[in-house]
Amino acid sequence: MNGIIGLAVEKIHVWRGERHVLKGVSLTLASGESLHVAGPNGTGKTTLLRVISGLMRPEQGTVSWAGRPIGQAPLEYQAALAYASHEPALKGDLSALENLVFSVGLKRRVDAARLREALARTGVEACADLPARVLSAGQRRRVALARVLSFEAPLWLLDEPFTNLDAAGVALVAGLIEEHTARGGLALVVAHHDLRLGGAARRLDLN
Amino acid sequence: MSGVGAARAMGLVVRRELRLGFRRPDQLLQPLVFFLIVTTLFPLGLNLRLSLLREMAPGVLWVAALLASLLSLDALFKSDADDGTLEQLALSGHGLTLIVIAKTLAHWLTSGAALVLVSPLVATALAIPTSAFPVMAASLALGSLTLSWLGAIGAGLTVGVKRGNVLLSLIVLPLAMPLLIFGAAATDRAVGGTDATGPLYFLGALCVFTSTLAPFAAAAALRITLE
Repeated sequence: MNGIIGLAVEKIHVWRGERHVLKGVSLTLASGESLHVAGPNGTGKTTLLRVISGLMRPEQGTVSWAGRPIGQAPLEYQAALAYASHEPALKGDLSALENLVFSVGLKRRVDAARLREALARTGVEACADLPARVLSAGQRRRVALARVLSFEAPLWLLDEPFTNLDAAGVALVAGLIEEHTARGGLALVVAHHDLRLGGAARRLDLN
Repeated sequence: MSGVGAARAMGLVVRRELRLGFRRPDQLLQPLVFFLIVTTLFPLGLNLRLSLLREMAPGVLWVAALLASLLSLDALFKSDADDGTLEQLALSGHGLTLIVIAKTLAHWLTSGAALVLVSPLVATALAIPTSAFPVMAASLALGSLTLSWLGAIGAGLTVGVKRGNVLLSLIVLPLAMPLLIFGAAATDRAVGGTDATGPLYFLGALCVFTSTLAPFAAAAALRITLE
């Protein structure tokens, strides 16, 4: 299914009070492609991602998934979506594994062994049974990545996935994104720093 | 489609909330202890005049229960909103309304249901006769569930507000007045030995009314906050 347009974003306008944050942003993302959304702080990268995820409604413009505006079938769109916000969205009182059981379990049936595998892929299997509050910021980021993997969703929306990661972690995330697109997935990555995504990676600068 | 049914999803959310609650028992116990302390202050303040105490008991019990329930409402969506969990829940493929229903029911299990369980203890301190316990417990159960639904709307509206708990009380308490009126009336009648079904029916109606409409209102409020 390579080359089919999965995500189409057309002329998105967002105002925050008097500020015109997004001025007619358009982009398309086909299966097997990744897009790096770059730009300095305050240019609306996160806002764009939130609009695409459906969390925020733009004043103008449309977001379509598989040819349909996302507002028409929001729940189906959400099932195809793995969104990782700037916060890792982990409960400190639950273990890393429990966090995944409860959040991934809402999207699909999954057993603990598979979740442990995902934690192993992101290099935090040793933390699986520790409460998330004792993990370092980098470890928490890795647990959040394991969640993105476990969703097994075609569309990845990642907001600054490299924050708090060491060099090996950055390479790991870039590798995972490449692997995901090689299998026909789509990835939209917001990152202010330079990023080498292999394959059909493109770059969009917001200014 | 998501492949996870609505009932299963709700079960997961409820289980998560309960597990989180029992990992932090202090937060579960605080409203209960507050309820116990406030209600035991009254007999002391009234100099053990039993007839006066018995007349005031239903009102005291209900006001204390309302205030105790309010203490925990603030946390209903706040921690999820702060750590990004709310966004994950909103994008979970089940719709926020379903999530709100599950979270509110879980909240009621750890707050309202717990108040009902300790209410006989409080009632004894307030000299409420044992014969009135079933009606009192039933009215508290219906009333606290209704309050949880009302509180979900208030918590959804104030989740983005720093120190929103005062604002939350100002939104929820006026809406809770009918609960106080009918709840205290039901308990009062039971204490007096007369038929309490009238006010209990009213409480039941309020409970049905809020549990059908409040989830949508609270989900709409949360959606505004998320934007």
